This record gives sequence, structure tokens and C-alpha cells, in this order.
Amino acid sequence: MITLTLKQQPTVPLEAENICPDVVAGLTHDAVRALPVYHGKRQCRLDEFFDVGQAFQPDGQAGKPNLRTDEATELEIHGDCSRVKWIGRGMTRGRIKVVGNAGMHLGSGMTGGVIEVTGNASDWVGAEMKDGLIRIHGNAGGQVGAAYRGSLAGMAGGTILIGGNAGLEVGMRMKRGIIAVGGVVRDFAGLQMKGGTLVLLGGAEIRTGAWMFRGTIVSLKPIKLLPTFSYSCEYEPSFLRIYAKHLRTLGVTIPIDGGMYQRFTGDTSLPGKGEILVWQAQS
Amino acid sequence: MLRIIGGKVYDPANNINGVIKDICIANGKIVADVDAGRTIDATGRIVFPGGVDIHTHVAGAALNFARAMTPENQRTAAKFMHTADTRAGIGGPTPTTFATGYLYAGMGYTTVVEAAVPILSAKHTHEELRDTPIVDKACMLLMANNEIVMDLLEAGDFERAKQVVAWLIWAAKVYGVKAVNPGGVTAWKWGKDAKQLHEPVYGYNKITPAQIIGGLANIVDQLGLPHPVHLHCNNLGAPGNVATTLETMKVLEGNRAHMAHLQFHAYGGDDWHTMRSEATQIADYFNKHKNLTADAGAVLFGNAVTITADGPWQHLLYQLTGRKWGNLDVENETGCGIVPYTYKGSNLVNAVQWAVGLELLLLIDDPWRIFLTTDHPNGACFWRYPEIIHLLMNAEVRKERVKKLPAKALSRIVLGDLDRQYSLYEIAIITSAGPARALGMPNKGHLGVGADADVVIFNENPDGEMMFRYPRYVIKAGEIVVEEGDIKNPHDGREFIVKPTYDEKIEDYLKPVFQSQYTMSFENYPVELERAHHAEVRPV
Ligand SMILES: [Zn+2]
Repeated sequence: MITLTLKQQPTVPLEAENICPDVVAGLTHDAVRALPVYHGKRQCRLDEFFDVGQAFQPDGQAGKPNLRTDEATELEIHGDCSRVKWIGRGMTRGRIKVVGNAGMHLGSGMTGGVIEVTGNASDWVGAEMKDGLIRIHGNAGGQVGAAYRGSLAGMAGGTILIGGNAGLEVGMRMKRGIIAVGGVVRDFAGLQMKGGTLVLLGGAEIRTGAWMFRGTIVSLKPIKLLPTFSYSCEYEPSFLRIYAKHLRTLGVTIPIDGGMYQRFTGDTSLPGKGEILVWQAQS
Repeated sequence: MLRIIGGKVYDPANNINGVIKDICIANGKIVADVDAGRTIDATGRIVFPGGVDIHTHVAGAALNFARAMTPENQRTAAKFMHTADTRAGIGGPTPTTFATGYLYAGMGYTTVVEAAVPILSAKHTHEELRDTPIVDKACMLLMANNEIVMDLLEAGDFERAKQVVAWLIWAAKVYGVKAVNPGGVTAWKWGKDAKQLHEPVYGYNKITPAQIIGGLANIVDQLGLPHPVHLHCNNLGAPGNVATTLETMKVLEGNRAHMAHLQFHAYGGDDWHTMRSEATQIADYFNKHKNLTADAGAVLFGNAVTITADGPWQHLLYQLTGRKWGNLDVENETGCGIVPYTYKGSNLVNAVQWAVGLELLLLIDDPWRIFLTTDHPNGACFWRYPEIIHLLMNAEVRKERVKKLPAKALSRIVLGDLDRQYSLYEIAIITSAGPARALGMPNKGHLGVGADADVVIFNENPDGEMMFRYPRYVIKAGEIVVEEGDIKNPHDGREFIVKPTYDEKIEDYLKPVFQSQYTMSFENYPVELERAHHAEVRPV
């Protein structure tokens, strides 16, 4: 495992897509310390901002990696990295643990591996990701698992779990995969959603599912619906049992027994074939 | 000074078909002999005149709007890093200015025509062309929906209309006249289109699209412009538009005309479910009428961005695709619409479009009258031309591709039955010699003494795509700008501008009309000559 400890808070956001298991795997200690990061328009060395920890052996022969590759694919980052962007961008394997906060675009476009953040994360967590798992224990910003501006589709697979609240446009244009948010999400959750599942354990503010085309939004709290969603029935969705079982393995509990789900379809202004399921506990 | 020795030269304008001969260059021109300077050994290689793109969209307000509208393309586009020789930029469907120059030159193209320039945004266009390095440039001026010209044609005042057109050409500092969906863009300002050639344009009493087309073709011919009217017909893209296109060609009898992106105008059928290729019908008529030239406007599967002054068509395309839509109004002159589009091989309509482009290139028998284009970035990006060349040169590859189309498409196209294969000589015609001749550019598209020294050297390769994608040397105006595949030492290209003769008194008529109708003052309207970089003015 490689440990990075933030030693100097960047004054403007640091673009650090090189903090990624795929990049550091097989590099020497010196090479990791010299990895380029961008502080504004200036190119800097990673070790100007981070202490690169001593899970490394002292340098052996110059130019030779001195870690086994499987060890090098684990990164642990300490400190308030809320101004460090692009951690784990496009990662395909390995594990990143951020003990503290993470900046924007965490795990953007990742296709595999695991990212865990003990604190909060900023906007665009797992934007356009294809596979893998991201778990944020605190709050997340907006556009979780979303499509970047202009793109036709957001996340296409994988799982994002947010323990706290999340911001605007969570799951915007997502196509596949699961996002589960423990707290409240702000406006436009599931905006233009094309597929996948968005689980809202703590409810949502307004305009949930606006322009939703397909996909499922599950809310465990009553939510305000747009007039373009129409009520279809109250039932026990059998597929949710399977989802619940899967989510339980990830530490997320959604109720199945002791109530029913109200199903709303929309967004009929498109017309969309998405659904919003709202939990109704038995009174 | 430069001498290229040992290469197999294809120079159709001078009837040279694969002859091994030396090409000598001095002071940016082809000369008979040189006695000093560098020698390039092209033994075993192919020598072509530099490519000429007769119809593309690479600069100006509409293209810039498209660039801004499609950030998703820019993120994944090829990156051009800043080097000692080159500026930074990106490729993709709507490349940035500098990258446009590098991409064209890197493919062996040395002259490009920006095919849709409104007078009102001509300044912007010239500024961008100035930042488009290496290639020489020329602009076509949008004229078929200019309300001042239309009012005059409606009033039957042909002479004055001609003076106005001449004045506007010089005001905008352009090379030729473009007509896009004549009358249709004006009608679009009322939410309408001009689908019938012989019915009055919406908002007018008398004037019809046919009269605008005939009028402009006449004006251009009478002014003696080097390139005829450059026409984007009515009903672009619509099933069954073959009738409109044939009727338009009849209207043009007795005049010269260039039919732009003919592929988009050669469809049969009644709707999207029955759409089929009518390339055979178009080619039959076209082959018999030597007053016409055309460019293919071929389509390739993949991402594109459609940009055209044809506002009503773009609105329809937006409704069909549900993708983004941009719409611009250009006061009394024209308009523009932008919709990102993806051509899919599995889509019946797209499959027919793909076939029609190739069919026209194969069925029109005279390569001197049909030229390679994709109406970049509408049908495909210009940097994909080598893919089309490969298909034209190889019937087997073509037939294999046809087999992969949806079964339903096969009965609606004839591409699978065509065995013609382009020779290198014919490729040199449709990519260089032909368009140069149609543009009336006597120093372009050939390697005879006195021509501009725009020369390309390819490695001979049975895979046409590989061969034409990676020229080994590109020489522009006598300077080596691509050496062993790398861009080096890029310089600025020139801009070709025509200056038609007109009666200066036409300003007395124009000024009051202009002051009452435009948001800009008359004095600020014309483009200063200094704004066109390295301008080469040709009085006619
Ligand atoms: Zn065009």
C-alpha cells in the first residue's frame, strides 16, 4: 500500500488524476513522488503537496519498481483533499481509501476497483463511471454518477453509495448501475435518467425524475412529485427483493416487508417510461 | 528550391498518369528545372497535386456555435499539443482553427473552401481562417435568402440585383456565391419552409425558389465569377427529394452550377420507412448535363455534427433525434441550425445515405464533375476522407460492407451491384484536379509549370485508407510542411477573393435600405481587406 499525506493545502484546486492505482502500479518511490500534478496552470510534482509514505522499501536499483504490483494498486490518502480533483480517474482496478475529504470528479470514468472516502466528497463523484464501487461515508456534492455536460449518458454501471446527503442532479442521465444515498438529495435527482436504479433512503427535494426516460427511482420517504408523473398502483415489486438482498451485502437496507410501494410512471412530458417507487409503511 | 525525383506522378490536369518524372519547385511554384537546393527521393512513392476541398465548414459563427454546443466531442477529440512548430488544439468533429490546418495538411490537402458565410459574420470567418494555417482558403457567400436581393428579384429588377450581389461579394471579401435552400431560410423566419420550387416563397407575393436559383445562377455567370453558383437544393435530406433536385437541375439549364453535397438530395420514397436511393436517376440526368458539377457529401457511420443554414431542416432533424438543437437568425440574410447526429449502420435511413454517397461517386461517369466531400462536419469529418477513398478503390471491400447493412436496406440501394473501382488517376481528379477546375483556380490541382507548388508524396499501399491517411511529404507553396508524416514549420495560407466590377452608385440604393433594416451601420458592414490574411484579390 502507498500512503499519501497532504502536507500543503493547494491554494487553487489541484488536478491530480495521477493519484490512481493504474498510474502508480509498478513505479519506484521516486517516480511516484515525481508524478506530475497541475496546480492551476503550473505543473508540479506530487511530493510538493503530498508526503509519499514509506510503505516503500528504500530505493533499490534505480528505475526498478520496488513494490509488488498488487501492493502498488492500494492507495491510502490522508488529509482534507477537498481541493484535490480527479482522484482515481479512469481507474480499472485496485483500491483507494481517502481518510478525510475528496475533491471534484472522484472516480470519474472508472471501470473497476474500489474507492472509499471517510469524509465528504465534492461534485461529479463517479461521473460516467462504467464499473466498480465508490463509497462516501459523509456527504457528496451534485452530479453523482452523472453525464458530463453535453454527454448523452452518465454512469453505465457500478455502484455508488453515499452515507450522507447529496447535491443537485444526482444520477443525471445515468444508464445503468446503482446509486444509493442515505441522506436527502437536492433538486433534479434522476434528471433525464435513462436506466439504472437510484435509491433515496432519506428522500429528495423537488423535481425528482424530471425528463426521466427509463430507470427506477426508489424513495423510502414521501417525496414531492412532478405533475407529469402518474400514479399506477401500489404493490410489492418482486425485483426489489433481489436488489435488497444485493444492497444488504453492501450495508444498505431497504424495506420489503411491512408495507407497500406506490408506483408512479413518467416523466410523461417526454413521454418517459421510468418509474418512481415510494415506500408506504403499513399503518 | 526543391527537386522531387523518382516518384510516380499522377497529374490528371496535364494527362500524366503514373509517369516517373521529376518535379521541380522554386519560389513556391512548379518550374521546369532547378539547379540547386534540396532533393527528395520519392522512388517507389506516389506524387499527387495537393488536395482541394470544394465544400467544407471550418470557420465562422455557425461552426463556432457548434463547437460550443458539443463539449462532449471536445473531451474525447484528438489532442494537438503545443510544440515548437505547432499550436495547441483539438480535432474531433469540429476541430479548432489551428488543428484544422494541421489535419488538412496532414492528409495532403492544401486548399479548402468554407462553403457558407453570411455577410454579417464574414469578419469572424476571416479571423478564423487567418488562424487556420498552411492551407489556402476561399469563402462562399450565402445569398439565396438575402432579403434585399430577393426584393429586387421579386420586383423584376435583375440588373440592380446583380449590382447588389457584386457589391456584397466584395463587401464580404469572398470567392463565390452560395445558395442554401433558396427561399426556405427566409420562410423559416415565419416557421415555414420552401418545399415547392414553383410556389411563391412565404412572405413574398411572387418570387419562387426556382426564380431565386435561376436569378443567382444568371447573376454569377454574367459577373463572370470563376466558380458557378454553389447550390444546396431545397428539401435537403427529405425522402422523395429526387423530384426537387431534378427539377432544380432543369431550372439551371443554360447556366453553370455546382450542386453541393448531392448525396443529401438523391432520395426516393414517401417517408422515412420507404426511403430509398435514387442515385441512378440523379446520375443519369447529371451525366447528360455538362453544365453541372457536384460534390458527394458522402456519409460515414459515426458521430457528426450537422451545421447548415437550412434552419427548417435542422428543426426537423432535432424533432427526429431528440438531440440538442441550436438555431441562429442572421437578420435579413440567412439563418443557421445545428444538431449533433450519429449515423448508425444499423439504421435503415443512415444505411441508405451511406450507400447513396458512394453510388453517386461511382455512377457519375466523369470524375471531373463529381468531387470527394462529406459536407464536413455534416456527413462525416473531413479527416475521414481516406476511408471513402479506400471504398471507392476496392469493390470487394465495399461489397463486404454492404452485406453488413440491415437486410431491408439492400433492396433500396444499388451499391452492391457496382463493380467500378477508382484508379489512382481518378482519385487525383476527384480530390484535387477536378475541384480546382470547378473552382476556376488555374494554379491549383496540378503539377504543370507555373502551378502553385502544392505537392503530396504518398507511400504506395494497396490499402487506400492507410496510403491517403498518412502522406510522407506534403509541400505547400514550395515549403515542406509534412516530412515523414510529421507537421513541421507550418506557415500561413492565403485567401482567394474575387472583386467583381459593379457600379459604385449602387451604394446610394443600398445605404437607405440598409440603414432602415439592419442593426449595424452601413459603414461598419463591409469587411476591410486587411482583415483577410494574405489576401489574393482577383478582379473579374
Ligand atoms: Zn455544407
